[in-house]
Amino acid sequence: MSTVVGREELERLELLWAERSGLKTFLTTCDHKKIGTRYLVTSFVFFVAGGVAALTMRTQLATANGGIVGPKVYNELFSMHGVTMIFFFVTPMLNGFGNYMVPLQIGARDMAFPRMNALSYWIFLASGLFMYSSFLVGAAPDDGWFNYTPLAEHAFTPGRNIDFYNLGLLFLTVSSTVGATNFLVTIFKLRAPGMSLNRIPLFCWGIAAQSFSLIFALPALSAANIFLELERRFGFHFFDRANGGDALLWQHLFWIFGHPDVYIIFLPAVGIVSTIVPVFARRSMIAHDWLALATMATAFIGFGVWVHHMFATGLSNVTYAFYSAASMVIVIPSGVQIFGWLATLLKGRPVIRSPLLYILGFVVTFVIGGVTGVMFAAIPFDQQVTDTYFVVAHFHYVLFGGAVFPIFAAIHYWYPKLTGRMLDERLATWSFWTFFVGFNLTFFPMHVLGLLGEPRRVYTYHSGFGWGIWNLISTIGAFTLAAGILGTVVNVVRSRRAGAVAGPDPWGANTLEWATSSPPPEYNFPSIPVVRSVDPNWDVEDRRDDIRRLEHAELTLTGGHETIGTDWLDGNIEEVHEGPAESPWPLLLALALSWFFLAFLAGHWVLAGIGAALTAAAVGGWQLKEPGE
Amino acid sequence: MFFGAGGAAALLLSGCADRQNTLAPHSSAARSITTLWWVMFIGSTIVVMVVSLLVVLAFLRRRGSLDHVEARGESPRARNAVLVSGALVPAVVLTILFVYVLTSVPATAEPKPKDAKLTIDVGGKQWFWTVRYPAQHVTTANELHIPVGVPVRVRVHTDDVIHSFWVPELNRKIDMIPGYDNSVLLEADRAGVYRGQCAEFCGLQHANMAFYVVAEPRAAFGRWVAREQRPPAAGAPGATLFTQVGCGGCHTIAGLSTGTVGPDLTHVGGRMTLAAGTIPQTRADLERWIGDPQHIKPGNKMPALHLTGSQIKRLAAYLESLR
Repeated sequence: MSTVVGREELERLELLWAERSGLKTFLTTCDHKKIGTRYLVTSFVFFVAGGVAALTMRTQLATANGGIVGPKVYNELFSMHGVTMIFFFVTPMLNGFGNYMVPLQIGARDMAFPRMNALSYWIFLASGLFMYSSFLVGAAPDDGWFNYTPLAEHAFTPGRNIDFYNLGLLFLTVSSTVGATNFLVTIFKLRAPGMSLNRIPLFCWGIAAQSFSLIFALPALSAANIFLELERRFGFHFFDRANGGDALLWQHLFWIFGHPDVYIIFLPAVGIVSTIVPVFARRSMIAHDWLALATMATAFIGFGVWVHHMFATGLSNVTYAFYSAASMVIVIPSGVQIFGWLATLLKGRPVIRSPLLYILGFVVTFVIGGVTGVMFAAIPFDQQVTDTYFVVAHFHYVLFGGAVFPIFAAIHYWYPKLTGRMLDERLATWSFWTFFVGFNLTFFPMHVLGLLGEPRRVYTYHSGFGWGIWNLISTIGAFTLAAGILGTVVNVVRSRRAGAVAGPDPWGANTLEWATSSPPPEYNFPSIPVVRSVDPNWDVEDRRDDIRRLEHAELTLTGGHETIGTDWLDGNIEEVHEGPAESPWPLLLALALSWFFLAFLAGHWVLAGIGAALTAAAVGGWQLKEPGE
Repeated sequence: MFFGAGGAAALLLSGCADRQNTLAPHSSAARSITTLWWVMFIGSTIVVMVVSLLVVLAFLRRRGSLDHVEARGESPRARNAVLVSGALVPAVVLTILFVYVLTSVPATAEPKPKDAKLTIDVGGKQWFWTVRYPAQHVTTANELHIPVGVPVRVRVHTDDVIHSFWVPELNRKIDMIPGYDNSVLLEADRAGVYRGQCAEFCGLQHANMAFYVVAEPRAAFGRWVAREQRPPAAGAPGATLFTQVGCGGCHTIAGLSTGTVGPDLTHVGGRMTLAAGTIPQTRADLERWIGDPQHIKPGNKMPALHLTGSQIKRLAAYLESLR
């Protein structure tokens, strides 16, 4: 692009897409890259908050009879730690990468619905602030992220704590649903010409599988939240036995959402792994189609395993046998993926760089989490160690190992694309090993603690059970892990200015986000790339064709905020898809919804009614044509 | 750790009261779980070793360069290897494991009433345990006595939120859910004191909701039942004070009061701990507890009573005498 080819076209695109810097643009932008970056930064802030909660808990538990916090604060900490990490860190962080990378990887100029994209960010931010404002009034959710009834009912938790939980999650669900819909339409309708179904990058498959799961899993959670809120505020009886309700209804609804949610977290992370492995193995992914299939299969089977969270509730053994079998079957698609990555690495010529280090760390930790996962399908063993630290160990190997390692790999891998600068590789390597050692020191001893009978969610324990030493090691590990994370933060901040200039494609990568400059221009690609293989950026001749097309003003789409709409199966051009530019409505709608939820929380029905009316008005305003369109 | 006079003798039978070790089973049910664990542990270790070895091999491969792509497209052999090692082998191994799991389920399954020689009703309550022997007409709290080698059926229920009854060295856990009749088998094969603890988060003092199972020879168990069946001597010096300051509103002492908010105290002097395993049951600890229960177990349902020093001493002496 430094040459003069297509200068006229480039100038037109510049004029059409460029956004002025300033507060107005900040509040109204719908650029998927800006929104993606916001998702990344905001969710990382939540990660730090959840991490501070974790370190406080680890300090409390470092020794027997710890006295740092009392039971009330401890219960709030572990509840908000779970809520934060699951809902406000991992998922939105992965969505941040999705927002930024999906349009680039499929050769589009933006998401299918840019305004909805902005809306899902603003609602995510607002619901996060809503949830955290509970600390200001001393009523943070304190019945765990799983929030079992009857403990969460008004009779046992009379404060606003659980209302924050119910309403905060309902609020966030709006964001997640909007985002998931947007991703699905984007991935299936806006792919570059020639990107047939079998050429979709595996990260996009991960995001697609996540989006499907979200759309089908979230209604169960929302139903549970609505039922419980009706019970707490208006005297309904969904869960309370004395009036014909059933406490297990909550558990079913929660886990029908909750287990698929594990894959909602895990599948985009797996997509990151599948993105990075071929680049650093220097060869195409082996069994690419099987890996795509495995991703979708995992999402599907994930809906049939939830009862393994309820093996100690006393349901029938026939029920348990079914869910035990399903929980074992789900291992198979993961097995295909793991050996797909290993085969690719072993058939290739690996280049060891920080992104790959995190991936290799991921493979080992995830396999450990995987084998303990199989153990939880073994009914009697589950009944013995469920609700002990063995579970805590297991799911941190799966979720931290399975999602946070890939997230850190993604930070190191995509940083040059986002900023145009390289991270410091030496610091990155040091940070990785600190992170890896710290992680295992923190969570491996928890297996032992669980086997020695330490229950979860205890704010204190007596000495004399043999738990002290393992707890102490775990606490030391937690601070080591925090140091590793801090190393990455320092690296990210410093390299912003001090890092070496990256150029468009520092890794010699195979996907399309590397076919444009770093950071990409607002319009992503001067001419929409045409794809003929699963590794389009390794098709050197095709990429030269892109430049030739720019010269002839083909597929440059200079009629507005345009991108190409293709058919979902073969990627044949169907239409030119036009999107809006900046818009105030996403922010206004999010503000109106915040008003509604805050008023509802306060129990002020008139104000809540006004909030609902404002929301409807904002939806109406949304339908107007944008200025300048 | 800590045991009152009453528990000391029982503790002598075994040193295992300070443990909740799932790997030190003392019943055939718990043993079958431990065996299952070791089988899965060995299998898992092999899997983790193989994968880690492959990761190390990847490290040792001849390095490539970011400027150069080594190979494009599929490798049919590698593809088959992925399907065999990623799908076929796990499918076979997991099928075998699944069959093994199914055969191990009956050992820890809910006991049938006819198989049990003794039934105990245990209730979970924020944050202690009610214990009743319906056939023997014995009521106590936070401590179960069972005869060694006899299958005992523990029927569980809850009076408020969900709790979970769990004695790791004797059997798996079982949740106590409103409206559900769950039960679990306890059959200790050795005399000893086994610790249990609530395993489902149940609010502020979930951490301090423990209990003990004292497994003793049949004769000793018979003596314990006889002792528990005897009502406490009427007209004891502290009894009047007990009712006067309101203790009876929350606690039952057979023949004296009928409160149910807190644990039954009919024979509290014979128990090993106070406040569901929170502190030992000695005279000094009784005094400490009566004087300031909220300091020892914050959030529990026993209010500060603002008693004088001598009242506290008299009450503690009275409660300790209830054996």
